[in-house]
Amino acid sequence: MMAPSYNAKEEDGHQPGATGHGGAGTMTNKKPDNTAFKQQRLPAWQPILTAGTVLPAFFVIGLIFIPIGVGLFVTSNNIKEFEIDYTGVDMSSPCYNCSQSYSWNNTQSCTCSVHFSLDQPFESNVFMYYGLSNFYQNHRRYVKSRDDSQLNGDKTSLQSPSKECEPYRSSDKPIAPCGAIANSLFNDTLELYYIDPNGSRTAIPLVKKGIAWWTDKHVKFRNPSGNNNLTVVFQGTSKPVNWRKPVFELDPLDSDNNGFINEDFIVWMRTAALPTFRKLYCIIQKKPNNMTPTLPRGEYILEVTYNYPVRSFDGRKRMILSTISWMGGKNPFLGIAYITVGSVCFCLGLVLLSIHYRYGKRNNSAEISS
Amino acid sequence: MDFSVLRNLISRYCAGEEYWVDSRTVYIGHKEPPPAAEAYIPQRYPDNRIVSSKYTLWNFIPKNLFEQFRRIANFYFLLIFLVQLIIDTPTSPVTSGLPLFFVITVTAIKQGYEDWLRHKADCSINECPVDMVQQGTVVRTQSSKLRVGDVVMVREDETFPCDLLLLSSSHDDGTCYVTTTSLDGESSHKTYYAVPDTMDFKTEQKVDSLHATIECEQPQPDLYKFVGRINIYKEREDPIARSLGAENLLLRGATLKNTEHIYAVAIYTGMDTKMALNYQSKSQKRSAVEKSMNAFLIVYLCILISKAVINTVLKYAWQWSVDRDEPWYNHRTEIDRERHVVIRAFTDFLAFMVLFNYIIPVSMYVTVEMQKFLGSYFIAWDKDMYDEELGVGAQVNTSDLNEELGQVEYVFTDKTGTLTENNMEFIECCVDGHVYIPHAICNGQILSAASSIDMIDSSPGGYRREHEDLFFRALCLCHTVQVKEEETVDSIKRGIHLGKPTSFYISSSPDEVALVEGMKRLGYTYLRLKDSHMEILNKDDEIERFELLHVLNFDSVRRRMSVIVKSSSGEYLLFCKGADTSIFPRVVSGKVEQVRARVEQNAVEGLRTLCVAYRSLSPVEYEETCHQLDDAKLALQDREQRLAQAYDLIERDFTLLGATAVEDRLQEKAADTIESLQKAGMKVWVLTGDKMETAAATCYASKLFRRSTQILELTKKRTEEQSLHDVLFDLSRTVLRQRTLSGLSVECQDYGLIIDGATLSAVLKPSPESSGSGNYREIFLEISRNCSAVLCCRMAPLQKAQIVKLIKASKEHPITLAIGDGANDVSMILEAHVGIGIMGKEGRQAARNSDYAIPKFKHLKKMLLVHGHLYYVRIAELVQYFFYKNVCFIFPQFLYQFFCGFSQQPLYDTAYLTLYNISFTSLPILLYSLIEKHISIETLKRDPTLYRDVAKNSLLRWPVFLYWTCLGLFNACIFFFGAYFLFDNTTFTSNGQLMTTNTQMMFGNWTFGTLVFTVLVFTVTLKLALDTHHWTWINHFVIWGSLLFYVIFSLLWGGIIWPFLNYQRMYYVFMQMLSSGPAWLGIILLITISLLPDVVKKVLCRTLWPTATERAQSNRPCLTVELSTIFVLTQSDNRLSF
Repeated sequence: MMAPSYNAKEEDGHQPGATGHGGAGTMTNKKPDNTAFKQQRLPAWQPILTAGTVLPAFFVIGLIFIPIGVGLFVTSNNIKEFEIDYTGVDMSSPCYNCSQSYSWNNTQSCTCSVHFSLDQPFESNVFMYYGLSNFYQNHRRYVKSRDDSQLNGDKTSLQSPSKECEPYRSSDKPIAPCGAIANSLFNDTLELYYIDPNGSRTAIPLVKKGIAWWTDKHVKFRNPSGNNNLTVVFQGTSKPVNWRKPVFELDPLDSDNNGFINEDFIVWMRTAALPTFRKLYCIIQKKPNNMTPTLPRGEYILEVTYNYPVRSFDGRKRMILSTISWMGGKNPFLGIAYITVGSVCFCLGLVLLSIHYRYGKRNNSAEISS
Repeated sequence: MDFSVLRNLISRYCAGEEYWVDSRTVYIGHKEPPPAAEAYIPQRYPDNRIVSSKYTLWNFIPKNLFEQFRRIANFYFLLIFLVQLIIDTPTSPVTSGLPLFFVITVTAIKQGYEDWLRHKADCSINECPVDMVQQGTVVRTQSSKLRVGDVVMVREDETFPCDLLLLSSSHDDGTCYVTTTSLDGESSHKTYYAVPDTMDFKTEQKVDSLHATIECEQPQPDLYKFVGRINIYKEREDPIARSLGAENLLLRGATLKNTEHIYAVAIYTGMDTKMALNYQSKSQKRSAVEKSMNAFLIVYLCILISKAVINTVLKYAWQWSVDRDEPWYNHRTEIDRERHVVIRAFTDFLAFMVLFNYIIPVSMYVTVEMQKFLGSYFIAWDKDMYDEELGVGAQVNTSDLNEELGQVEYVFTDKTGTLTENNMEFIECCVDGHVYIPHAICNGQILSAASSIDMIDSSPGGYRREHEDLFFRALCLCHTVQVKEEETVDSIKRGIHLGKPTSFYISSSPDEVALVEGMKRLGYTYLRLKDSHMEILNKDDEIERFELLHVLNFDSVRRRMSVIVKSSSGEYLLFCKGADTSIFPRVVSGKVEQVRARVEQNAVEGLRTLCVAYRSLSPVEYEETCHQLDDAKLALQDREQRLAQAYDLIERDFTLLGATAVEDRLQEKAADTIESLQKAGMKVWVLTGDKMETAAATCYASKLFRRSTQILELTKKRTEEQSLHDVLFDLSRTVLRQRTLSGLSVECQDYGLIIDGATLSAVLKPSPESSGSGNYREIFLEISRNCSAVLCCRMAPLQKAQIVKLIKASKEHPITLAIGDGANDVSMILEAHVGIGIMGKEGRQAARNSDYAIPKFKHLKKMLLVHGHLYYVRIAELVQYFFYKNVCFIFPQFLYQFFCGFSQQPLYDTAYLTLYNISFTSLPILLYSLIEKHISIETLKRDPTLYRDVAKNSLLRWPVFLYWTCLGLFNACIFFFGAYFLFDNTTFTSNGQLMTTNTQMMFGNWTFGTLVFTVLVFTVTLKLALDTHHWTWINHFVIWGSLLFYVIFSLLWGGIIWPFLNYQRMYYVFMQMLSSGPAWLGIILLITISLLPDVVKKVLCRTLWPTATERAQSNRPCLTVELSTIFVLTQSDNRLSF
């Protein structure tokens, strides 16, 4: 008999300012639905992290991680890697002269030869990298200093590059490719010679294609369309300040590797994450007969056309030779980390097991008595 | 009984003392007073337009934006956004502008919609027709056109358009009936009176000829207070002045009932009306969680600023050499170079701020608000808190305090109507020690006509007979009950049979109804009040008529009420009923001892007792009385005080007639609820206006006190014997001795304290020597702290609030909850941290002023133990998790600055920065915070001690916060350095192009960031998954769905050259990363390492130092639930879900 008594108020109409917070108020006059959701009774799985349930997981993680870690470690150790610094900081180093007498305006390129020897033969495909240290490719001003639409072949951007490219946007004509990244393209030329025991030197063929992301080469980077003759296409633009030759002369022999889609250029344009980095320079294909190693043991000469100055910012230049495995290059970190984590998990499992046996029982009994 | 005085106290307490600063003068019908009268200053009054809307069409955008940006958080984000717009920042303004825009827009739309509704409501109100008297005719006009001084005609069932002063009504006696349901929720009909000198102006023409001015106070919000004076000018006569009070004032919003029409004059219009003044919002309560959250925010703000400062300083230290600052490959622009170094440094600082600003996410506020708003629906939806009888469920008036329900340490409860049913039943009465019991106890149902008087102790005699007659007549006359002869009545209604159609007794106090009904069962039926005459049908079926001369209303200070009547034989009689303590001192004759014995016996049984006394007045005495009353009533200032003095003079020299006993049964499960609350570690205090014995009996019945409880009394009786000082020290010694002993013995004596209002005010009263008062307070607090239960009886509403305030301000700053049902509880409901109203019988004021309203006291158990606990756990996790996930998010960026020359290079792509908080990690935590149930509802209800696990804000303490922050920092370091080592050895490469194979691709900085981000998203989501104890299909859907969404989004984001972007840095980055074996291995490894410490910590804590909650959790067979059941969406079988 009380039921209708409280409805009167709402009908009485105007309640200024009553529409405040928490709008659940108006819902209450009818009986709430008895649904699982509204009554917070949805069926549920209710897991609890107890020593008992976590123990097996720890052991399983341990047992899985340790073999993976060992596998990774062994694989990584099997990878052969050779690294040589050719910056020429020391007086004794062959490139010392080149590094000292450096100037951008110098039309005469300076070359130097670095001797080194490989103790072990390098099988299969060998990858040749150049590495730079102390070079901040990830500096914000540097990273953003590019125009992706220009690189994608957009004609308007070619003639008026993005503002982000400043101060490498235009000299007298617009620069193509604009920006600091393109301007500082690594332009040392590396050549590798094998010195036969008999003293003659053989040039090792370096493949400069297939070193960039396929998507970069075919989609993201494109030469401006319209004409197959790149010289015409790039008319009205000027080369980046620090370049010796314009962009359409990067690889004049191969039209598929010239202009913006030059792979060296594409690789350089992918800015590195850390100030010490290496970039793929070329690939040394394995010998077709597969009988002799790609790079046999012995003496080698690295011929460097020394164009790229790094001394001013205390940088280093390196050349790296490396084989690869299924997991990439040499990387002991991953293997060691896996082994460590696996062992830690396993040990924790043991600790928890003992705790579980000593305390778990006590808790259960305490539970019963209480 | 009337509660108006109570209300005055409340509103005075709440609104601060109102001073009668200025007065306004109203010319009835805009007629100027005769020149002889003193000159009044004309005033301007607002028109009768009600404006509840905040905005107009043209000021909506600026005003709303202003309002929104006054919130400190919004302002902060606006600032960040502006900084991003102005300076060259690492992230685009979109990253912070978009979320901010979204939040602001949603809020603005919501507020705009609400305001539109208000506009519509205003419009319909302002345009509703009103009958106005002009030049002797009734003119229909719009409500908004009404002016102060207009004379208005209101018909039955119409609502008053503004605050009106009653001039005359269709009733001859100048009265009208009004309900104020929409104002204060009281549904009883109240009687309003016209001034005798104006009540003859009954037609339009006559009213128009009335020449009078009204002088009254300026508008004030108190509904029950009005002071004014009317000056009526007649030809060649001195003006007549009559006092005006609240009984003359018809309030806007109230409705005219049972009266054909009235004439009244507009006094307060528009926004001056008491209704409009009353709708000003009450003060905002803030929960403890919100306070902790703000504290955490400040910590994070400090972290943010220090991060930015550190980085700026390091940047300039590092850049000292020009070759680092500007190597040949990376020159500045000319403009940049020309800037002053200080400006550059400042810009850099701002840029760092922008880069790291995500550590305080916009989305946290939105999520918290949504969680509170949506979460509160679960309270309203709870069918366990639905009351079939009343047809209402729990009601949420503010959702800001959901989690506070889980933090309550002190519960202050009212007794009548809260612990007890407030369903009064007349049990017995006693006249001079002779006990009368009505035969049939029918619980308010229709009683058969045959009623009889059962005499326990019969000793007939003329003297006794006379007292008996007087006693029954007193009870029939001394009340404010109204008779309603229709079926459409609200609130208190009982069917009674009059031989005619059913009629009901209505009163705002159930006691009165019970008494009048009890009288009816004993043979004396109160029929009606007609033309100031009360009619009674006596035992011999004769109608007796008494002229009602004065009603001395009930108030909680006097605790009694009186009527003065004139019997048909011309005798003047004053009948008084009231609490024993207020009657006995005023009694001069009668069988006091017998009655007192009976009263005390009844009180011990938990019955509510009232004493009845009378005094017969000689005509001379009556005249004098009248004079005193009128004087007091006419006073413009201090009227209440003067009335009280007059009452005090009149109500004396009584002859005691007898006493009544009314039972108020305990609400069902009240005892169980109190027991649970006490087990949950809450201290339950009962604050009541009732007398000590009754209240104590209720406390025993409701198990607040047990048989073993040692009762400490701090009452007036004791303080009269000893000084307050001694009593206090005595008690504290007892308690403290106990405490030192209890360290040794297991058996712990629990104490119950009883304190009464008088002693309390003595304790709280600031004593002359300044140190003394603080001392008493402290000692009292010390005693009460050691008592398991406290009963405060004889409390005025103000004192209830004082007690709450006292406890609130004590040094632990406990969280208090006040629960009550009546208007006298409003003050404490407003004062306490959480106010709960019971939708009871004494109107809805308590429910309306409360933060939550529930139908019955027993629902408090589920409200606190279940909802409060769950909400607290949910929001605590929500807050901690939000800070945690943003530490994880931003700290790697901070670390990255050390490797990119402090150049503010962001680690993540813009899309990731923007969407991290908005979409990748937002829904799982929101859903978690809505439906997480770390322990089943049944367990929570069964085991109240679990509530102690979350007491004292335990999940948001600094150590816990520190743990979460450290976990976040640890995870961030793992993410960053893990990726760093993978990249640092520089052979972290993709295993082949997508098309050809066997080539190694080099990864750049965006792959680095994406790797960190992927690990981040997976880790923080899985961390939440580890914390989830209640996996419904929704959790599965949202958690796995977000991860899936992240992957799909990343694939899509990197899969296309987006034409609208001016950079394509993410193109194929995600896919290239996934095509690399080491990336997969690295991601798995880093996620495992990040989650490992938390898992180990959880397991160790659970095994070595389990909390009660964890014990209860592991007590149930947890993993036996089949996984398949999770995905059965429409499963109706609840067995598995508990």
